[in-house]
Formats: sequence, structure tokens, C-alpha cells
Amino acid sequence: MKGVSMLNVPAVLAIYRFEMARFWRTALQSIVAPVISTSLYFVVFGAAIGSRMQTVDGVPYGAFIVPGLIMLSLLTQSVSNAAFGIYFPRFAGTIYELLSAPISPFEVVLGYVGAAATKSIVIGLIILATASLFVPLHIEHPVWMVFFLLLTALTFSLFGFVIGLWADGFEKLQLVPLLIVTPLTFLGGSFYSIEMLPPFWRAVSLFNPVVYLVSGFRWAFFGKGDVAVGVSIAATLAFLALCLGLVTYIFRTGYRLKS
Amino acid sequence: MPPIVSIANLSKVYASGLHALRDVSLDIAKGEIFALLGPNGAGKSTLINVVCGIVTPSTGQIRVGGHDILSAYRAARRMIGLVPQELTTDAFEKVWDTVSFSRGLFGLAKDPAHIERVLKDLSLYDKRESRIMQLSGGMKRRVLIAKALAHEPQVLFLDEPTAGVDVELRQDMWRLVRRLREQGVTVILTTHYIEEAEEMADRVGVIRKGEIILVEDKVELMRKLGKKQLILHLREPVAALPDNLARHDLQIGEGGRTLVYTYETRRERTGITGLLSELAKAGIAFTDLDTSQSSLEDIFVDLVRERA
Repeated sequence: MKGVSMLNVPAVLAIYRFEMARFWRTALQSIVAPVISTSLYFVVFGAAIGSRMQTVDGVPYGAFIVPGLIMLSLLTQSVSNAAFGIYFPRFAGTIYELLSAPISPFEVVLGYVGAAATKSIVIGLIILATASLFVPLHIEHPVWMVFFLLLTALTFSLFGFVIGLWADGFEKLQLVPLLIVTPLTFLGGSFYSIEMLPPFWRAVSLFNPVVYLVSGFRWAFFGKGDVAVGVSIAATLAFLALCLGLVTYIFRTGYRLKS
Repeated sequence: MPPIVSIANLSKVYASGLHALRDVSLDIAKGEIFALLGPNGAGKSTLINVVCGIVTPSTGQIRVGGHDILSAYRAARRMIGLVPQELTTDAFEKVWDTVSFSRGLFGLAKDPAHIERVLKDLSLYDKRESRIMQLSGGMKRRVLIAKALAHEPQVLFLDEPTAGVDVELRQDMWRLVRRLREQGVTVILTTHYIEEAEEMADRVGVIRKGEIILVEDKVELMRKLGKKQLILHLREPVAALPDNLARHDLQIGEGGRTLVYTYETRRERTGITGLLSELAKAGIAFTDLDTSQSSLEDIFVDLVRERA
């Protein structure tokens, strides 16, 4: 397409700042809520279950659940933030401004997904800091931890963006995060190792993409995961490619955006 | 001078099968105020939305400032400001922030002085720190105009700009539009208020069922299509018209105290001289006379009915 060679940086920044301003405006909901829920998870899982289950793969149970807890928030926050970010202008009608501005689809995605990913990373880091108050943490591969954090936030923000474009009501907006993402995260080894499951359910779990994310992230923390780290990276990149493909299709066809 | 907006053979068929625009061709000159009139569902908003990039055209070509709206959409859109019909605003945002956001979206660096000027022009500066949801409907309309002007557009589309606003705001907007024209901005507006087009427009286009059925200079249109009435106030009331006046299009009004003669201004002979002479012959004297001209609204209603 002609005219898309130069990046409209002010436009990307305008969207990014606009979205981040909403995040800070709703700081209580954005930041305090995840901190409280993380603390509750530590009380319930860490104290109640952890007192009976000392270690998993040689890692104290309290520390073992930290990557899963971060991943749980990272996935749900990425999806929710990005989905709401693009759905709300569609709902309010202000999308007209985005469609009539000299801005390419790539730049729109960059602004919204960038902001959604930033928000979820901030929340992920807050949870990490909160967790370190409860359990001593040592991150074995900090660079890979950051890599997984970025990659997951980006991928699931893209996924959320697709949901925000697909949804035609607030119910649908909540449908995927609540009925698909959260259950998959809980069943994806966030609070246990899939090695602890019977062979049948272990095999079923391997079809859950979240298993690969949690496993990779846990490997970055403790040097141990349910699947090989290379497989985790490949699975995440494949999901990223799928989301990119969907977003490209949506903008090419104008699906739910243009008539 | 080449037109600033050039629309050639534009058609739009929605997925539902609705043929919203049919082979529309239209040129808008730089600096003019063009009013697009048409009944509900005629295609006015679709036409604007296609030019602005919100709706995809089915066929045809549109250029803004010489830039194709599809292949050179960045350059084309940078020139355009759009004030939509609906009051679509970010309720939780502050006035200053939302107007600044619009400027950024169009690729321009921050310019607080420009934003301040725009807000002052629209009497919004005192409300700059207010959240949009705290504003009245009229103020929200002003915010939408401010957003459209934030990136200094050369072509401004106003889709039903004064729908549902009070008289004061309407007149404020008319003043604003004139000021923009003085600055060289081309203004294209759709309206239901024919009075608005009559007051402001240089040219008028009428769209009906997706087709442009007329584009004409407003004054010329009113001259060509306008009807005038000559009202004669009689010294003595008449009950009926004498036979020699029957051929004239005369009506008795106000209980026989006035005679109303309707004529078309575009005709070479209006028949006024003959009428006055025959009135004298019939011994009908009058004490006063006045004339009135049909409004653009009358012309519009006639046009739309004629083609129905």
C-alpha cells in the first residue's frame, strides 16, 4: 500500500498515551486489585496448600506458583486491556476519528497493543514485587524471564485486540477472557506441574497453549519446566503469528470496522 | 484552479445490498462553502464518510488536494477535518486532552498555542479541564468541532452541524464557518436546515436516493428556480375577479383585501406590467404593494417532490 512507508509516530504516541492515561486514571482497579488478588492467592495456595506440599521439582511450593500467578494476570490483563481499548471507541462511536486519521492499521495496532502490553507488564512486575514479599525469589535466567514477559504480553494483547474487534457487545468482550483464557490458565499448570497429573490428563494438557507459556516462564525462574524451553518459545511464537495473521486479515477486509 | 475535492463516478453498495450512492460526480472548489441537501437516507452521510475514509467506496475515484483517498490516504486525510453527526465523544476525557489527542492522531506535534486558539474560538477554553461528560449537548458539539480543527484541516466536513443545537450556538457556528472560509478553509456541510444552507453556502447540491440531482450556485439557483409573489393591498375589498384578470395566476387573500400574484423570476416576461394595466382598466385600485421571494426550502421541497 502506498503512503504507509513513513511511520506516523505522533499518532502512535497519541494512542499509546491516551490508553495509558486511562490506565493511571483507573489505578485503583488496575494496580491495587491485582496486588490484592495475588496476596489472596498466596494466602490460599501458598499457606494452605504449601504447608502440606513442601516442594515441587525441588522448588518450594510458594515460589513455584509465582511464575504461574504472574502469567495468570499477564494473560487476563493483556486480553482485557487490549480488547476494551479497541472495543470502547467502537461502542462509543469515537472510532470514526481513528478511521479518518492518516494512520495505518499497523500504527493503530502498535498504539493499542503497545499500551495494553505495557499495562500488563507493569501489573506483572507489581505481582512479582508483591510475591517477593511472601517468598524468597531467585530468578535463574532474568533475560529470558523478561523475554517471556514481553512476548506473552505482546501476543495476548494482540489476541485481546482481535477479541475487541470481534465483540459486538460487552458480554462477548468478557466471554473469551472469562470462559477460555482464565480456565486455560488455571488448567495450564499455573499452580501445579503437569507431571503431577495422570498420564491421560497430562496428554490432554499438552493441547493447552498456556502450558507452554507457564512452563517457559517457570524455566526462566527456576531452570525447570514441564516442556523443553525451545518448545515453549516456538509455541508462543506460533500463537503470536496466528494473532498477527488475524489482525492483518481484519484490517485488510475492514471486518467490524468499515462498511 | 483544480478542485480541492474531486469525486468521480462514485458508487457505494453496502453488504446488505443497499445502493447508497449511484455514480456520484462532484467537484468542490478551494475556499467555497458547499451545502449538501437531501432527505433522510439520501446518502449525504455516506458520501462524507467515503471521502473521509470511514466507508469503503465500491467504485469511483476521489481526490482531496490532488491526493487519491485510497492510494495516498495519508496525504488526503491530513487535509480533512470531520465533525460527525452523532455526539460521539470520550465521556471521561478532559476537553484539552481530547482535542490534543486529535492533533496527535493526525501526525502533528503538540502545539498548545493552536489548541488554545481553537478552544477560545469555540468558547471552550474555560471548560478545558472539564470532563466531556460534564458538558451540555451544545458544548459537546463544540468539542467535536475543536477536535476536527485541531490539525488545521484545509477541508472541513460538517455532517449536520447544528442538529439539535440552540439558536445562539447555531449562529456561533455560522460565524465560525465564515471565519474559516476567510482563512481559506473549504467547508462542506450537510444539513436539514435549509435556512442554514441559504445563510452560508456558496453552492448547493441536492442528493436524492444516492444521486446528485442538482449542483448550483445558491444565488443562481434561487434566481433560476425561485418564485416571487407580488402582493397588492386593495383600496376596496373584492369578492371575485373580473373576467379580464382570469388569465393571470391571481389569488384573493385576506378576505378580498389583497391580491397575490405568483410569477417565476427566470421568465423573460413576468406579466407584472400587463397585470397592473388590466387592474387599472378593471377599476381596481391598490394602496400598497410588496413582493416576497420563495426560500431555498421551498425550492428544495419542489425539487425533491418533482423527482419523486
